[in-house]
Formats: sequence, structure tokens, C-alpha cells
Amino acid sequence: MSLSDSDLARLARLARLRLDPAAGDALKSQLTGILHLIEELQAVDTQGIEPLAQSPHLQLRLREDRVTETDRRADFQAIAPQVENGLYLVPRVVE
Amino acid sequence: MNLAHTSLRQLAAALRAKTLSSRELAQSYLDRIARMDPQLNSFITLDAPRTLAAADAADVRIAQGDTGPLTGIPIAHKDIFCANGWLTTCGSKMLSNFVAPYDAHVIEQFHAAGSPLLGKTNMDEFAMGSSNETSYFGPVKNPWDLAAVPGGSSGGSAAAVAARLTPAATGTDTGGSIRQPASLCGISGIKPTYGRVSRYGMIAYASSLDQGGVLAPSAEDLALVLNTMVGFDARDSTCLERPAEDFTAGLDKPLAGLRIGLPREYFSDGVSADVANAIEAALKEYERLGATRVDISLPNTKLSVPVYYVLAPAEASSNLSRFDGVRYGYRAKDYGDLTDLYERSRAEGFGPEVKRRILTGTYVLSKGYYDAYYLQAQRVRRLILDDFQQAFTRCDVIMGPSSPTVAFNIGEKTSDPIQMYLSDIFTISVNLAGLPGLSIPVGFGAQQRPVGLQLIGDYFSEAHLLNIAHQYQQATDWHAQSPALAKA
Repeated sequence: MSLSDSDLARLARLARLRLDPAAGDALKSQLTGILHLIEELQAVDTQGIEPLAQSPHLQLRLREDRVTETDRRADFQAIAPQVENGLYLVPRVVE
Repeated sequence: MNLAHTSLRQLAAALRAKTLSSRELAQSYLDRIARMDPQLNSFITLDAPRTLAAADAADVRIAQGDTGPLTGIPIAHKDIFCANGWLTTCGSKMLSNFVAPYDAHVIEQFHAAGSPLLGKTNMDEFAMGSSNETSYFGPVKNPWDLAAVPGGSSGGSAAAVAARLTPAATGTDTGGSIRQPASLCGISGIKPTYGRVSRYGMIAYASSLDQGGVLAPSAEDLALVLNTMVGFDARDSTCLERPAEDFTAGLDKPLAGLRIGLPREYFSDGVSADVANAIEAALKEYERLGATRVDISLPNTKLSVPVYYVLAPAEASSNLSRFDGVRYGYRAKDYGDLTDLYERSRAEGFGPEVKRRILTGTYVLSKGYYDAYYLQAQRVRRLILDDFQQAFTRCDVIMGPSSPTVAFNIGEKTSDPIQMYLSDIFTISVNLAGLPGLSIPVGFGAQQRPVGLQLIGDYFSEAHLLNIAHQYQQATDWHAQSPALAKA
């Protein structure tokens, strides 16, 4: 399958990426190439095979639900693009 | 003593004997970096005063007799590991202004061991690449041939070790990012079993595959560094709680009776003749050491590339959604509303390969495609795992080339992402199965560029893999060879 302009626009919107229109054709053909590559998987018979999300030797742990972190708001906000009164600033969302 | 060509064990002995100070050692490496790295571009960030202060602290520890195997030995870290107070870029414009406010668990381990942080090494952007050409900070050059790539994504770490600009370096491996650059740069590199090394503070690419590891000249060096790097950390829910293990303890065991599995698929037409010849010579050496060959098959090897390029981009598209221009990292200069802020910051902050993978991942996870692509890839992932489990009933270790060719030229594959992806065909399946893998130098191919042999073991067999690699290195001297540039 190959990607249409509207497919690409939809993906870009979902991924929150503004695409450079000048790069659109090259990107479309590269992504189409990648989709061709991954389409090979469609031909594999996987009837009855359980999907594997993670290596089988892992046992995921649970932990107690309690606070372990200390308050480091000032350190973390020191590296933010824009903060005021301990809040992260973004463009106005509600008028 | 030629410091740059001395093993970690010998450096540690000299530090303990106080014939060498950590400050002298760190300074000698900083001097080499200043002299040689302008040609290679293997480091993104250096901070000599900070490195030397850590070296002085190590010298105090040594004077007090508080000495471990890495105390006073400076080590370079891939710029994917957060280090408190250090610029930590992950090779991206998105994090080009990010000074980490905390240490990764790996960095904590080296601090605790008294190993000064020598500098942060260059890498493919967000570890996405096989040539170190996707870095926002420019490509790294291969010290054996400045026209060649060093491999990736841990290309800066590999080039720095090969040029002897650091005694060892950390790296990460999601689809081959330690083993392939180690192979292309003629050094040794190990990716441990998934879950051995904490991913806390290691910037995430594909979380079910990412694993930290080590690059160094020899297997013995790898074992020493791995001893410090491995350790339980509750902050990574996939980090395994296991008894401490000394990876150096079994290095000297003889190899008599070792069964080496040779997958037919790793010795196919896809491997270039120069690489095949060097691998065959290495296998003959193993036979002289008492090993025997076992013919095996990993029939789904070819599918590992498409499986990887579904699963890794899917995980990446989710992991990288955190970069929004709000809390840290790059924010676009001009924007309208909040969505525009996100879209422009991400468009300007990410490079082309990262965007391709985010878009691919978004595609395979989107409604209507999830079952056909993502779940199907996870099913084939199990088939790949089953192949390995079958193989390990008949052999103790699997061997083959780390990469189908020697290092390619800078610029040779940048316009064709698929060709670039296929260069990881022999390494990717190991990540999909979560197994440990190691690459060691075994000679040279076309244009005198290095060839690497890959060793794949069953879960938790790192000590055995290192033993197998070390025995070969006792009988040969490929690992001791360094490029002309490093001898200057």
C-alpha cells in the first residue's frame, strides 16, 4: 500500500508533528518503503501464536503505593521553557 | 607506561600502587581528546574541571584505601544517560539545552565506584540510527578510516574507545546499537540480558528492547565495567533482582567441548565475502581452542527487521510523546495556540529519522491497523524467540557476523532508510528475544576496516560469553590493535 497526502496529514496530526510541505513527497515515499518492509509480516502464519510483549524471563514487580519522591519542583522548573509562580506557562486554552 | 594502551586491570593496579593518580590519568585522556577528537567528533560534552574534581575525589578515596576495581578510572558515557548537572542531549536538538536534574542509575553506579565521568559521547538522535549520522551534533567518524561511519547508535562511544580516547564507554543497544558500532570500530561490546541494567534515567527509545551495556577494547575490560554497571534498581520495573555476579571470575575457563551453533541464515549470500572470511578464520581459532561446530537454523531471522520496525517505532511514538515543548527541552520560538506549540516544537526539535519512526509508530498503533501490524509483529516476535530456545537445546553459544559488511562510507546509506535498517539484520533478533549478545574484533575486511564476530548466549550467560570472548583474545591480538590515529 502507499500513503496518500491525507493519510500523511492524519498521521502527522495524531503525532503532533507539523510537516514541512516541501519535504512531503520524499517523506511519503520513505514511509511507503517502510510500510512495504513491514507488510512482509502479513504473509506469516501466526494462527494460535500468543503475542509476545516482553522477554519471558521477566517478572514485573509491584510496589507499595506510597510516596517515595521528594519535592524537587524548583529544580525541575529551572529547566522549563516558561514558568511563573510554580506553574508551566502555555498559550491560553480557555478564554 | 603508555596510559592509552593499558588495560583497565593494569590501570587499576597502577592506581592502587600509587604509581599513577586518577588526576594524571583523567588529564592524559582529556589531552588526547583535545588533540584527536576534532577529527572524530565522538564527544558532545566535555567538562574538564568537573572531571578533574571527580578524579581528585577518587585520589582521596585511594589514599584512604577505599578502592574498587574502577576507582579513579575515568569512563565516557553515552549522551543518553542523564547525569546530574551535565548537558544530556540524546543527540537531539530537542534536548540540546537539557541539563539533567538527576543521575541515571547507571551514572549513580559509576559515581559510587569512584569512576570520574570523562565526557558525554555522541550518538544517533534518540538512539535511532546505525551510522551516527542522525545526530544533531554532526556525524562521528570511524578512527580506522575517516571516510567511514563508526556505526550506531553508540557511535561516539565506539569511536572514542577505538581511538583510545577513553578506557571504556557505556552504550545502549535496542537493535544492535552496541554490537554493530563495536564491530565497525574493531573493539569489544556487550549487550546484557534485558533487565540486567536499570533503564532509570536512560532516555527511552523502545522500552521493551532498550538495554545498557559496555564498549571497551577487550572482553576482560567489559567484564570489569559490567560488574559496576549491573545492579538491581527498584525504579525500573523491568530491572531484575538477582544475586550479584562477578563477571571476571570465569574468564580463564578453558573452552574444550564448547558447542558453537552456526545459524545457516547468518552465513548466507547477504554476508560480504571479506566478512565471511574473517568469521571463518575466527571459527577455526575456536576449534583450535577445543570448540566444535553445530549446524543450526534460526528460520525467522529475516523477519526480525520488519518485526523491529513495527515494535520499536510503536514504542518510540509513545515514549517520545513526552517531548512537548512545555516542561523541558526545546520550545519553538513562534507559535499560536497550544496544539501549534506542540506541533512546531516537535517539528523543529526532532530530525528526519526520528520523525519517520514516530510516524511509522503512529501508523501501526492507529485504529484499524493495530491488530494487523502491532499484534502480528508481537506474534512473530514469539516465533523468533522460539527459534533461539530451540537452538540453545543443541549448542552453548551462537556465533556469526555482527554486521553483514564492514563499515560503509559516510553518506552512503542516508537517502535510503531501508538499506540502513538492513545493516542490523543479525543483531535485532537478539533484542527481540531479550538475550545477551557480544561483539569482538576478529580481523579486517575490505579497505582494512574491522570485522566483528557476534556471540549470542542464553539468558544470564554474560559471564560465559565473556569467558568465550576472553579465551579467543588470549590466543589472538585483534583486540589489542588500534588505528594509526590512536598511536599518535
